[in-house]
Amino acid sequence: MAAMLEVKNLGISFGGLRAVNEFSISIDKGELYGLIGPNGAGKTTVFNLLTGVYKPDTGVIMLDGKDITGRKTIEISKAGIARTFQNIRLFGGMSVKDNVKAAMHNHFVYSPMAGLFHTSSYRNAEAAMDGKAMELLKVFELEKDADLMAVSLPYGQQRRLEIARALATEPKLLLLDEPAAGMNPQETEELMDMIRFVRKKFDMTILLIEHDMKLVSGICEELTVLNFGEILAQGKTSEVLKNPDVITAYLGE
Amino acid sequence: MSFLRNLINGISLGSVYAIIALGYTMVYGIAKMLNFAHGDVIMVGAYVVFVAMSNTMPAVPAVLLSIVICTGLGILIERIAYRPLRNASSPLAVLITAIGVSYLLQNLALLIFGSNPKSFASVVNVPDLKLAGGKLTITGETIVTIVASLVIVFALTAFINKTKPGQAMVAVSEDQGAAKLMGINVNGTIALTFAIGSGLAAIAGVLLCSAYPQLTPYTGSMPGIKAFVAAVFGGIGSIPGAMIGGILLGVIEIFGKAYISSQMADAIVFAVLIIVLLVKPTGILGRQIQEKV
Repeated sequence: MAAMLEVKNLGISFGGLRAVNEFSISIDKGELYGLIGPNGAGKTTVFNLLTGVYKPDTGVIMLDGKDITGRKTIEISKAGIARTFQNIRLFGGMSVKDNVKAAMHNHFVYSPMAGLFHTSSYRNAEAAMDGKAMELLKVFELEKDADLMAVSLPYGQQRRLEIARALATEPKLLLLDEPAAGMNPQETEELMDMIRFVRKKFDMTILLIEHDMKLVSGICEELTVLNFGEILAQGKTSEVLKNPDVITAYLGE
Repeated sequence: MSFLRNLINGISLGSVYAIIALGYTMVYGIAKMLNFAHGDVIMVGAYVVFVAMSNTMPAVPAVLLSIVICTGLGILIERIAYRPLRNASSPLAVLITAIGVSYLLQNLALLIFGSNPKSFASVVNVPDLKLAGGKLTITGETIVTIVASLVIVFALTAFINKTKPGQAMVAVSEDQGAAKLMGINVNGTIALTFAIGSGLAAIAGVLLCSAYPQLTPYTGSMPGIKAFVAAVFGGIGSIPGAMIGGILLGVIEIFGKAYISSQMADAIVFAVLIIVLLVKPTGILGRQIQEKV
C-alpha cells in the first residue's frame, strides 16, 4: 500500500537547540499512528513542521505522493492536513456550527458581492455548508448545541468540536495533539471509540500525540517514540512498548 | 429648540466619528493593531473629491473614485508597511510604523496641496428639512450623514455575521494561528479588513468636509484621534460599540461646546473617556476577557 505520509530526515533547530533531528516516518493510508515521548521531546514541534507553522531546516515531507516541504500553512491545509491543538483553540466567540463552517472555506466559493446581495449562489453555498456542518456535528453528538457559543461547551465537547472542525477541511491526514488531555477514564474510553469511528466513517489516516498509554496501546497500530528530538524506537505498538529503551525513557533507570 | 438642534448636530458629527471608528475597531479586532494612519486616509479621501470636483467631475462619481482610491491606499499601506512587521517580536514596531505612515501622508499632502485651507464644496444635494414652522432646520448634510452611518453599520453587521469572508474575519480575530491551520487565508482577510476600513474612511472624509468645509493636510488627524477615542469608548473590537461610542462622543462634544465652553469641548470629551475607562475598562460594549489562572 502507498504511504499517505512519508517523512524523511526532518529536522529543525531553534538557536543552538536541535529540537527535532532526523525524524523519519511512514504512515499508510487508513492507519492509526501514535507519536509518543516524554515532555519536551519535540512531538508538537513535529506537528508544527508538518503543518507549515515552522519551516524545516532539513528533510522532506510527502503527503499522498506530493511534496509539501516548506509550503505555507494555508497551502498545506488545502493539500489535506488538518489538526487539533493540545490546548484547545476553538473560535470561542463563534457558534458551534459557525466554527465548523469557518473550516469549510476552501470548499465553498462565492464572491463577496454575492454575499452582500444574497444571490442564489450565496444561498446555495450557505445551505450546503449548513447541511454539511450539521452532518458533522451529528457524528460528534453536538447537533443540539449547534447555536451555542463554542466557549460555553463543556471541556470534553470542546475537544470533540475541534475534531469536527478539523474534519470540515476535508483532510487526507488528521493530526490530533493530545486528544485525551484532561479527560477522565470514562471520557477517554468514549474518545477512543470516537477516533476508531472517525477512521472508519471518513476512511481517515490519523497521527496522534498522546501521553495516555491506555489510549495509545488501545488504538494505535504503530508507534514512534521521540526523546530529546530523536527517534528512540519505531514499529508495531506492542513491540515498541516492550522496548527497554522506551521503558527507561518513560520511567527512568 | 436649541437643545434639539444641538442634539441633532451632535448625532450628525457623532455619525461621522462612528464611520471612522468602525475602521479602527475592525482593524484592531482582526489584525490586533492600532492603525494611527487611519485618520489621514480620511484626509486623502477628501482631497480626492476636492481635486475631482475642481476638475468638473460630478459629486457621485467623485465620491466613488475617492472610495476606490482610499480602498487601494488601505490595502497598499497594509501590504508594504504593516504586513512585514506582523510577526515582529514587539507590537510597538507596527504601532510606530503606523505613526510614521500618518506623518508620511500628512506631509505628502502638504507637499502637493500646500498648507492653505481649501474650501470644500459640499457633495450633498439633499434639500434642508425645515421643522416646527422654520424654527428647526435640519441640513441636507446632516440627513445624509445619519442615514449613511446607519446603512453602513447594518450592512457591515450583516456582512460579518452572514457571509463567508465576514466569518473568516471573526475566525481570524479569535485565533490567527488556528484560522490559518483551518485553511483560512489570513493575509487576504486582513487585507480585506483594511480595504473596508479605508473605503469607509473615504466616505467619512467626504461627509466631514461637507459639513465643515475646510480642508487642510491635518483635517483627518483630530477626527481620527476622536474616532479612536469613540472606538475605545464603545469597546474596541465591537461594531455596535463603535457606533454607540461615536454618536455619544459627538453629542458630548457639541453639548460641551454649546453649554460649557467651546474651548473646553475637546478636554471634556477626553475627560469623559477617562471616567468611562475607570468605571468600565473594556468600554461600553467591550467583551470581558476572563484569563484562566
